Order: sequence, then C-alpha cells, then structure tokens
Amino acid sequence: MITILSKIPSDLWGASAYIFSKYAPLFYFGARNTLIIALSGTIIGLIIGLGIGILRALPVYDYDSKLKHSIVKSVRFITSIYVEVFRGTPMMVQAVFIYNVFLPVFKNAKLFAGIVIVSINTGAYMAEIIRAGIQSLDKGQNEAARSIGMNNFQTMLFIILPQAIKNAFPAIGNEFVVNIKDTSVLNVIGVTELFFQSTTVAGIIYRFSDTFFVTALIYLFLTYSTTLVLKYIEHKMNLGGFDGPQSQTTPLIKAHYVEKEKTS
Amino acid sequence: MIIQIDHLVKRFGQNEVLKDVSLSVNKGEVISIIGSSGSGKSTLLRCINLLESYQSGSIQFEGRDILSSIKGINSYRAQVGMIFQSFNLFSHLSVLENCVIGQMKVLKKSRAQSEKLALETLEKVGLSQFAKTSVMTLSGGQKQRVAIARTLCMEPKVLLFDEPTSALDPEMVGEVLNVIKSLAHEHRTMIIVTHEMSFAKEVSDRVLFMDKGIILEEGTPDQLFNHPKEERTKEFLARFRTQ
Repeated sequence: MITILSKIPSDLWGASAYIFSKYAPLFYFGARNTLIIALSGTIIGLIIGLGIGILRALPVYDYDSKLKHSIVKSVRFITSIYVEVFRGTPMMVQAVFIYNVFLPVFKNAKLFAGIVIVSINTGAYMAEIIRAGIQSLDKGQNEAARSIGMNNFQTMLFIILPQAIKNAFPAIGNEFVVNIKDTSVLNVIGVTELFFQSTTVAGIIYRFSDTFFVTALIYLFLTYSTTLVLKYIEHKMNLGGFDGPQSQTTPLIKAHYVEKEKTS
Repeated sequence: MIIQIDHLVKRFGQNEVLKDVSLSVNKGEVISIIGSSGSGKSTLLRCINLLESYQSGSIQFEGRDILSSIKGINSYRAQVGMIFQSFNLFSHLSVLENCVIGQMKVLKKSRAQSEKLALETLEKVGLSQFAKTSVMTLSGGQKQRVAIARTLCMEPKVLLFDEPTSALDPEMVGEVLNVIKSLAHEHRTMIIVTHEMSFAKEVSDRVLFMDKGIILEEGTPDQLFNHPKEERTKEFLARFRTQ
C-alpha cells in the first residue's frame, strides 16, 4: 500500500495520468454503467414523456361530449401531479425513496433500479418538453389537418408530432447530456456508476482531488462527445427543408432544390 | 340546396360576432362575402367548417344537421374544403405529400391512387414540377396554390376560401385568383371571403355584404356593386373605390 502511494507523482496532471492508467478498468466500468443508465433512462423517459405530453396537449372542442370534457380535465390533472412532483423534488431524494419502497426488487438489481429512477424522473421533464413542442406549433397546422377530415389521433400522429419532435429535438438531446451528469446522484443507493467508482478509487489511494480530476475529465469527454453527435444529427435533420426566415418572394434555395431533384 | 344556415349566433365571451345569420347555398353556386374586418365574415366560414363552435342556430349539410353525430364531424369536414389566409401547409411534408396524406389517411385510398390524383391536381394549379419539393421553399403564391390543390384532392363538395389572397404580395395575388376563377368555371360550390372586389364581381353568382355580425345586404354582383340599397354598403364600396 505504502509503495503504491509513494509512486504517485505529486503534480496534478502526473498524478491523474497515473491514477487513470492504474485504475482504468474501474473507471471504464463506471463510465459504461453511467452511459447505460443515461441512455436507457433518456429513451424510456422520452417514451413516457411522449405519452404524458400527448395526453396533456390533447385538444377538446366545444362540440365534444360532456364526458370527453371531464375525462380530458381529469387526465390533465393527474398527469400534472406526476410532472410537478418529479420536476419539483431532487432526483437524489426520488432515488432513495423509490429504491427503498421497492427494496426487495431493487436490492440485487441496482443498475435496473438506476434505470427505473432516471426514466421516471426524465419522463416528467420530457412530458413538458413534448407538450411545449406541440403547443409551439402554429395552430393553423391543427386546423388544416382537421379541415381535411383528420381526427384528433391522426392529426397528432401525422401532422403535429413529427413537427413537435423535430422542434423539441435539441431539448430532448439536452436531457440526455443532463442525465449523463445526473446519474452521479445514484451513488447514494450504491449504483456502480462513474461517481461511485471514483469514490472507490479515491478511497483506495486517499487522493480525492487527483481522482476526481480524472472523473471530471471523463464526464466532460462523455458530455462533449454526446453534444457533438447531437449537433451532427440536428444538422442532418435540418437538411430536409429550409427552416430559416421566409420571404414571400421565391428564395434562391428553391432553384437549388429543383436542380437536385432533376439529377437524382 | 347543399348548405342551409339558420339563425346562427356566435359569441366570443361577451362579444357577439354573428347575430342571427341565415343563408342557403345552392349546389354549384359561387358566393362571395365582403365586408370590413370584424364583421364576422371569417367567423361564419369557420363555423361552417366547425373550426369554431356556435351558441345557437343550426347548419345543415345536404339536409342533415352537421352536429347530429359527433363521429360524423370528421367525414363532414372532408367534404367541405377550407383554404386559409395563411396557407397552413404541412411544413414537414413535400408538396406531393401534402396532397397525398389526406387521401390516404382520411379517404383510405391507396398510395398509387392518391399520388395520381395529387399529380393531376398539382398540374391543374401549375405546380406539378414542384411535387417533390419541400413546401418551405415555395413562394407565397405557390404555397396557396398547393393549399388549394391539397383541398381539391379530397374531392370536396364545397370549397370555403378564407381571404385566400390577403397574406400575399400584390404580384402573387393574380396567380391564386386565376386558379380560383378556373374552379368557379367548373361550377363548384364555393364560398369566398375576400377583399378583392373586382374578383368578387367577376366570379360570383351572389355577393353578401356583412356588417357587425349580420348579412346586411345580398344580391347579384350587379345589384350589390352597382345599385347597393343600404347606406353602409354604399359607404363600404365608396371607401374601396377611392383607395
């Protein structure tokens, strides 16, 4: 033990490089779990958010029956409780609470517990992101869809959602980046993610600042490369059409488009 | 008679926008509605398509109250096409898909059938070469022509135009009006809310002048434009002529 400690260089960069090379498998294992939890939590959260967000944005019209009016009202009320509770309390508190309520299930499946907690938490944020994405669309889109005879479900599925998700994509991607960082709170229930592993490493060698400097760099690497990938996807998505400010005079880009169609 | 409106009343809160409006529309008739803004023209049109609900009165389509079955509302809307001032094209879809999606999803037609009609209709409005283009890249006049094509693809029995040229640059008004004129020549049933007086005079079988939520005066274009009876109509038309 003493021999290991004496081998650690005294400067920050040197010490960090030493710690990283010596304990790479532990960091790697933590980073892997962090990514697994963040990615599955974001995807499942998005699915929850889509469901709840759509329910919350479902329109109801004067000519609809009284029953439909009251169903929509109660759905909005119930979903708002979920959204407000999970957005209004710290994920760390949610983690400890949910983990202990379902202790028999989660005791031997901590990674699973982590995914469940992050999913539920993310779902609440995603619901608001999706709802905002839906409500930010021009109401003319909804009116045009209804005027050609589409029902609420078709209007939502074929007209509103594709545009809402596209508009909300930056916010959805941002949730993933936030989750990579926020999974660190799961160390309170002993999920072996990156923060938990770092604590373990620091505990072995009694070097907290050096170890957590390595940890910070790994988090930064994860979030920054994720951001780059998301930016790339965003860029690709925007090639489908020209989204910039429009003038009524025919923009130049049209000529480009027609050319492209001809050659392909 | 295809549409029969009886004693329609529409309020936004305390504000009574339509006060006891009655109107019968015959099959194949082209009706223009003129009047100053806030007179209830657009609201009347939006009530006919049920984009607005109304407080009392009734609207019958081919002899049936349009509210008689909630489920029937969507199929009713498919038969009554609406063209909006701000086009409202589906901006995530291509020109062709804008014309295809309603046919496939609402009328349950096959893709091949839908595309065939869509291309024919786009040809008619002079835009078939833009079929694969994103609607975001079109000019205002082209957008409105696509919007008309999208509506025509549903093969509606009635066409409602809500100020179709009001959002356009002046040099693009002509191309859209020409398309509407050609539709009028096909003896389609149309109700057109417009500020284009000479156009209304040319295409309409009947012109309605709306003022403060009522149809104040109606008649043939010649009666209404050349021999208006009501003082308000004269004032309104005089203001237009001096402009």
